[in-house]
Amino acid sequence: MLTIGIDIGSVTAKGVLMSDGALLAAKSCFTGYNAEQAARSVYEGLLEGNHLTKTQVKGIVATGYGRNSVPFADKAVTEIMCHAVGANHLKPDVRAVIDIGGQDSKAILLGERGKVLNFIMNDKCAAGTGRFLEVMARALEVDLDAFGSMSEKADYAAPISSLCAVFAESEVVSLIAKGEKRENIIAGIHAAIGSRVAAMAGRLFVGGAASLMMTGGVARNVGVVQALEKALRHSVDVSPHAQIMGAIGAARLAQAA
Amino acid sequence: MSDKNPEKDTKTVKSEKKMRDIMTAYYIDAKTARQNNKKVAWITSGGPVEPLIAMDIIPVYPENHGAMIGASKMGIDLCEKAEAMGYSSDLCSYARADISCATVNGGPIGGLPAPDMLVCCNNICGTVMKWYEVQARYFQVPLFIYDTPFLHTEYSPEIKRYAKRQMEEYISFLEGVTGRKMGRDRMMEVGRISYAGSQLWQEVLDTAVSKPSPMTAFDAFFHLALIVTLRGTQQSVDYYRGLLAEMQERAKAGIGAIPGEKYRLLWDNLPIWYRMKWLAEKFAEHDACLVADTYTSAWCGSMQYIDVHDFIGSAAEAYTRSYLNLGVEKMARIVLGMIDKYDIDGIVMHSNRSCKPYSFGQFDIQKIVERERGIPSLLIEADMVDERSFSESQVETRIDAFIEMIRENKVAGR
Repeated sequence: MLTIGIDIGSVTAKGVLMSDGALLAAKSCFTGYNAEQAARSVYEGLLEGNHLTKTQVKGIVATGYGRNSVPFADKAVTEIMCHAVGANHLKPDVRAVIDIGGQDSKAILLGERGKVLNFIMNDKCAAGTGRFLEVMARALEVDLDAFGSMSEKADYAAPISSLCAVFAESEVVSLIAKGEKRENIIAGIHAAIGSRVAAMAGRLFVGGAASLMMTGGVARNVGVVQALEKALRHSVDVSPHAQIMGAIGAARLAQAA
Repeated sequence: MSDKNPEKDTKTVKSEKKMRDIMTAYYIDAKTARQNNKKVAWITSGGPVEPLIAMDIIPVYPENHGAMIGASKMGIDLCEKAEAMGYSSDLCSYARADISCATVNGGPIGGLPAPDMLVCCNNICGTVMKWYEVQARYFQVPLFIYDTPFLHTEYSPEIKRYAKRQMEEYISFLEGVTGRKMGRDRMMEVGRISYAGSQLWQEVLDTAVSKPSPMTAFDAFFHLALIVTLRGTQQSVDYYRGLLAEMQERAKAGIGAIPGEKYRLLWDNLPIWYRMKWLAEKFAEHDACLVADTYTSAWCGSMQYIDVHDFIGSAAEAYTRSYLNLGVEKMARIVLGMIDKYDIDGIVMHSNRSCKPYSFGQFDIQKIVERERGIPSLLIEADMVDERSFSESQVETRIDAFIEMIRENKVAGR
């Protein structure tokens, strides 16, 4: 049975095509200002790229911030449940998921079969989100994709104490002015996110989970993953499909929708 | 949910119109007090109002007014005005709205009638003391502060003596401002009526134990107005008697406020006044009924400490033991009691940027509830009046995910 999961995030729209749980194809684009348009673009991209007609796909589930802007989906499900189902699909023993996306971060506790036992989301603040990293990348004039590898070359993590993205940006600017190495500043930014997210996740006692996975676009940044491991004192699994985990979960749920 | 519209009629509570009429008449009375040679006292929502009623002084509640400002979506404008006057945006939005509104006579009813005196009881928070001092200076009127020590642990003999003595001081203050003696028999009568009103309000809230519940917390937020503003008057007793009959009838007939009620939730903290409709519809869409809340029950929660034969002697204790004047452990006990009483599936906590005493212990209460009842809770960050602290899509995702989780729990059969 062919199904499609579409995850319309605040920054990126992701879509996957699956056949009875096997991942066949994935597609993504910037969400931009029109969530519905972005959803159509990944949907049609998946159909065309795999020479499929609409009727061949038996179920579509939408998730993410734009989940209610996908008129052709059979159902809308929150990204909390989709990330849980996606993580469970790829690694059944996962008991906690930390998802850092463009505009929020979440910690989810899982039971068997990807059942959500509890979840927690960041408070209304950019700290600990992908957006925070974007702002910092701009201040440092570094391509965000290079953040992970650059932080690995740091001598130490320059201290960034502010939790506010605007204040942290000015801290970064003053560190630059003092001649601090970019690599060290980036490591400091990662440490700030790591401790922020770990503090939130700590309220759910994710540290007690046997197996912990990080999902969402920010998981591609190895520096954040390592900072999170350090702050949580717990190893963190990252799947190569971290960014499309929500879409994978949605496509799995579409089998039952 | 258009398919639910036909059932909309069953939602209409007949008493609603009566409530609007009473509140309109009340505000007209208050605004024309001077012409009728009556005095107006501004008083905090949790303050002992009964002596005012007994002395024929019209009580006016800046907090009730704040709720009206919030519900009419006039909060941002008035909060910004207060900020321009020099008040921090971290200050309570009721305080900001009230302080700026007094200077421009804005808001939905063109401002409150100017006070002849202020009565501030700090059993709900500490902000009220500075807020009322500001207003006492602005209006050049006397201020009485009724100081109820915070009950970290017990109601000690020292607290008892201290709180009780202030009741007599309070009465002398009122006698001084009005130049009249308080009739003690009349005071007894008002105390009796106040108790009867609180009891009826508790009974109204108790009808929500029925499945489906005949009312939601959103209804309670609306019907609350009289037990706050007209506590101690026969009018409020009559009103709640009528409302109770109506709710009992609905409960008996099996009419639920949410047709097809599936999940029963508890609300914690003040309402998000400017988003009541949106939130009510959001929960209704999920067949979830907020059957109870910690907020509206605060006006009847400590009435067991009232002795109707000695109101003046016992009221101090009831007012000191108000929900927001208790330590977190005691608050959690009350929440656990409500979970059992109303058979709650989950708690929705409004982390209210304005109300620190209400929001501060929520993480701990969450933990206690989870440990002792295994009930999940959701935290929504917002503010009761200042809409700038509300993010619709973030709140929506949290509510949707919370209900998905509760649904799964129910399916699994907890």
